[in-house]
Amino acid sequence: MAYELEFEKPLVELRKKISELKEFTKHRDVDFSDEINKLEARLEKLENDIYANLGPWDRVQIARHPNRPTTLDYIERLFTNFFECHGDRCFGDDEAIVGGIAKYYGLPVTVIGHQRGKDTKENIRRNFGMPHPEGYRKALRLMKQAEKFGRPIICFIDTKGAYPGKAAEERGQSEAIARNLFEMAGLTVPVVCIVIGEGGSGGALALGVGNYVHMLENSTYSVISPEGAAAILWKDASLAKKAAETMKITAKDLKQLGIIDEVIPEVRGGAHRNVDEQAKYIDDVLKRSLRELLPLHAEQLIAQRYEKYKKIGDFIDSEQHVSVM
Amino acid sequence: MLKDLFSKKKKYATIPSEQAKQDVPEGIMTKCPKCKKIMYTKELVKNLRVCISCGYHHPMSAPERIACLLDEGTFQEYDRHLLSKNPLDFPQYIEKVEEDREKTKLNEAVVTGEGMINGFPIVIAVMDSRFRMGSMGSVVGEKIARAIERAMEKSVPFIIFTASGGARMQEGVLSLMQMAKTSAALKLFSEQGGLIISVMTHPTTGGVSASFASLGDYNFAEPGALIGFAGRRVIEQTVREELPEDFQTAEFLLKHGQLDAVIPRHELKDVLTNVLDIHQSRGGDEWHTN
Repeated sequence: MAYELEFEKPLVELRKKISELKEFTKHRDVDFSDEINKLEARLEKLENDIYANLGPWDRVQIARHPNRPTTLDYIERLFTNFFECHGDRCFGDDEAIVGGIAKYYGLPVTVIGHQRGKDTKENIRRNFGMPHPEGYRKALRLMKQAEKFGRPIICFIDTKGAYPGKAAEERGQSEAIARNLFEMAGLTVPVVCIVIGEGGSGGALALGVGNYVHMLENSTYSVISPEGAAAILWKDASLAKKAAETMKITAKDLKQLGIIDEVIPEVRGGAHRNVDEQAKYIDDVLKRSLRELLPLHAEQLIAQRYEKYKKIGDFIDSEQHVSVM
Repeated sequence: MLKDLFSKKKKYATIPSEQAKQDVPEGIMTKCPKCKKIMYTKELVKNLRVCISCGYHHPMSAPERIACLLDEGTFQEYDRHLLSKNPLDFPQYIEKVEEDREKTKLNEAVVTGEGMINGFPIVIAVMDSRFRMGSMGSVVGEKIARAIERAMEKSVPFIIFTASGGARMQEGVLSLMQMAKTSAALKLFSEQGGLIISVMTHPTTGGVSASFASLGDYNFAEPGALIGFAGRRVIEQTVREELPEDFQTAEFLLKHGQLDAVIPRHELKDVLTNVLDIHQSRGGDEWHTN
């Protein structure tokens, strides 16, 4: 693995030791197989310990891993006949969001998602997966098209956030996000959203008003990045780790808060370790979600979506003296 | 000297005699306007009129387009009997239309009808820029509106290939209103859930680009096609600045969010088939039993 995360350092060292020993036995006449076996057992145990006890900050690191699979990686594995549609028909084609039509086990669907780049060049083209208003307007155009033809919509969420820039403000970043929330609430077709990496704030939610919202185990979803929160709360971005731990941004936290429906398990060590396998985990949940939603009528879908979001929020109703969640 | 035996022959520019000129019948060779390469017309046609050396997409006539896109023997033409009048008594209008009718063997600047693309039934309208620059008068508007109505009756997708300079000046405001008529027909069709696919070819401008050409559920264009509302010169004179080189090309429009995709002619049939297929599929039984 070319890129190891900080909490994985002990593993890297151990792996290095094992391979050194193996190399040594190959060339010399000494048998170290006992030691190697012992070390391998230790590695196994260490891996289990580390990956079973990932903290929020560790998960942030996994969610931001440069090799973490992107929307297009999953589209390629989950769907057939994918045809990408470009443009918002108003201003431009924002490559930070991809979308198009495809088939899912023969069922016509519309697929939309944030798209990061795999290398610097692609990242510049895709603006590191941070959309401008035209990206959200393209997404909305495709959702409306899906509605016209009665196709379910699948959204993959993976963005640090909507792009904070001058041009974005000029073209109405807020309006574009708001419009999506408004229109998604009224879509007459099933909408399933899956957070596959970072779910950064309004920029993520603008593709995230669905009948079902699922999250990969090591993905995050929050109102602001941990760095941003630390800068605002404590005026020190280097306290990001502390912010990550306080803000409840992991899949497990969001499940407990009743915001997401399911936590989709990840391959041990993170989705990037085996994309094919990870796609299968997503496939299981996606298939089940669509099966449940397809029989519902338009009004039922809209009502279910409204109920889902109406329930979210925590407060005290002083007239009733009970806490509602 | 030995060298003198091989005296250099002087080079003269040769002017072909009248006789020689007649040896090569007109139209046997075609010069690509982009790369200037001269090639056999036959070869060019075989390559769907895409330049063999630079990929330039030469204009295609409506009958050619239909022949290369639709399944053999499936095309049935509509409304061949509609002919242009001269509602404004525009001088020499009818003569010019008749000339083009003679030249193209078409009744007007659009051919409409029904057929199949890889087995998927469709209604199709294909404009032909050889006929009065593909301009839209009453007959073009009427033929397109009628074709949309047929697609509605049959509940099949409507595909339109545009190639037009815009509204037909000789029919004045009647031409302008064809924009509203065709768009209204598309609205009714769309409300019924009809699938509209527009493929813009070189050139698609003025009133045509500002009506049905831009109203597809999917808007495609051929590489390099000129697409726009006002002409380049008009804009340059109005804003008094030089426009970028790729201004109003298909690629420019894609970048500016107006197109779903730019599709090379060789891939077009496959793309259309895929889109039609996705729109016709309902998914297997596993999705519909509960």
